[in-house]
Amino acid sequence: MSALTDLTLAEARDALASRKVSAAEITEAYLGAIEASDLNAFIEVTADRAREMAKASDARLAAGEGGALEGVPLGIKDLFCTEGVRTTAGSRIIGNFVPQYESTVTANLWRAGAVLLGKLNLDEFAMGSSNETSAYGPVKNPWNKELVPGGSSGGSAAAVAGRLCVAATGTDTGGSIRQPAALTGTVGMKPTYGRCSRWGIVAFASSLDQAGPITRTVRDAAIMLREMASIDDKDSTSVDLPVPNYEAALEAGVKGKRIGVPKEYRVDPMPEALETLWQKGVEWLRAAGAEVVPVSLPHTQYALPAYYIVAPAEASSNLARYDGVRYGARVDADDIVGMYEATRAAGFGAEVKRRILIGTYVLSAGYYDAYYLRAQKVRTLIKRDFEAVFDEGIDALLTPTAPGPAFAIGGKPDPVEMYLNDIFTVPVNMAGLPGISVPAGLSDDGLPLGLQLIGRPFDEAGLLSLARALEEASGALTPPGF
Amino acid sequence: MSVDIDTVRRVAHLARIKVGDDEAERLTGELNAILGFVEQLDAVDVTGVEPMTAAVETALRRRVDVVSDGEVPQKVLANAPESDDSFFVVPKVVE
Repeated sequence: MSALTDLTLAEARDALASRKVSAAEITEAYLGAIEASDLNAFIEVTADRAREMAKASDARLAAGEGGALEGVPLGIKDLFCTEGVRTTAGSRIIGNFVPQYESTVTANLWRAGAVLLGKLNLDEFAMGSSNETSAYGPVKNPWNKELVPGGSSGGSAAAVAGRLCVAATGTDTGGSIRQPAALTGTVGMKPTYGRCSRWGIVAFASSLDQAGPITRTVRDAAIMLREMASIDDKDSTSVDLPVPNYEAALEAGVKGKRIGVPKEYRVDPMPEALETLWQKGVEWLRAAGAEVVPVSLPHTQYALPAYYIVAPAEASSNLARYDGVRYGARVDADDIVGMYEATRAAGFGAEVKRRILIGTYVLSAGYYDAYYLRAQKVRTLIKRDFEAVFDEGIDALLTPTAPGPAFAIGGKPDPVEMYLNDIFTVPVNMAGLPGISVPAGLSDDGLPLGLQLIGRPFDEAGLLSLARALEEASGALTPPGF
Repeated sequence: MSVDIDTVRRVAHLARIKVGDDEAERLTGELNAILGFVEQLDAVDVTGVEPMTAAVETALRRRVDVVSDGEVPQKVLANAPESDDSFFVVPKVVE
């Protein structure tokens, strides 16, 4: 394994800026690693484009005109539209869709000088917690190739942990950045709803979807987020707030910060290693000078069931556009309705069909009030729980990220059991808050476990400095053999 | 509440997804498992609670009402399974 692929984003950036290493060299190192890998993390490798972009970066670096990510090779979740590069969303129904435009987040990254290595595997339309619903096959966890990397940003997490890209983009609707980060020993951050533009990201559940980075360190997450975030005329929910220099705020320290530990964030049975690690996290933050207090978020248990009404409802609406007319694979039939039905039957996988049907059902006449309206009211209560603890002066919350470590490919065939993976991450999306998963330790079987920090709206800077304190105490996790 | 196989067929038609008999049977069980899981929401007292309409409270921004994009029919049609001139082609809709 080449040492170049071991550099963190901050190290790679500095080595590139000081011209100790060229963008062409580091890009080649990654292309070689990708070719030698059997993780199935990439759906498409854009080697030619990567080499062109690296060459252009080297010219800009030579001219002293390098951007904040100049020459840094990234992987992009295949949910972000990339102009001229096939974008699949992990689904067959889009066929060989080649976007004629670039998503705002990726456009921001290229403007900062980053290099596109390729498009990363994911659960179909980001619906899944194991990357097994992808039409392009499951991704293997670099910690143990018989295990899933989590999902839906499973390709992103596996590629970052497995040294196949310096950092990656992900999206998070109910935990899709934080859960795979926890299962692969990487850092994953979902910013506040509205911090990153959703324009050009294939939509799943529009009131919950948010883009964010998956990286090897907290510093790298801070660097990535600054470049990904922006206001955008093309997304009316993107916020008009300045993007701070998160990296500069990293070492702000946690002295005097008040951290809440919500008593409802438990599963039965609670794995002992997870319990121990959570307690360790409390001690680490205390030792760094934070005050840690127990808090209560009484509606926590209702977040996951409410999510499984709201998210499928929005998905059933968003995915109505895949009709075999404007893009994608069409299956011909005698009339137009037959064509729609045959196209969608052949193009969508089982999990996506389940969610579209649930969504269609809960929005249908006679059921809207009982399901959808009630779920949206419960969502208000979940948000109020968080607001109440923040009003009491709590700066952030500390919880486990996922209820357990990575599990076997094919090991959770029951849909509802799979949904329980997101039990600690979903409430954060329901309330639109920022959350970050930090690698914190190993399970009894030597697999990574993550701790989650949840912050106040748009306090990503404060959250990252807390995450940095956790990371400093726990140390980085590297898969065996990497 | 639970669904029977006829309801599953009706909902699948509303969603424009063709399902075979075996699939409808399987989906009935899976949908009922999910509906059983979400049933716990009935225990929440939501009296007087407003439904959430936005995760983050912000006033919708307005922009100047001018044409800012467009005139790219070939780009719009670039991924169509079937197109003709500047049109999407679909099976006959009007007899």
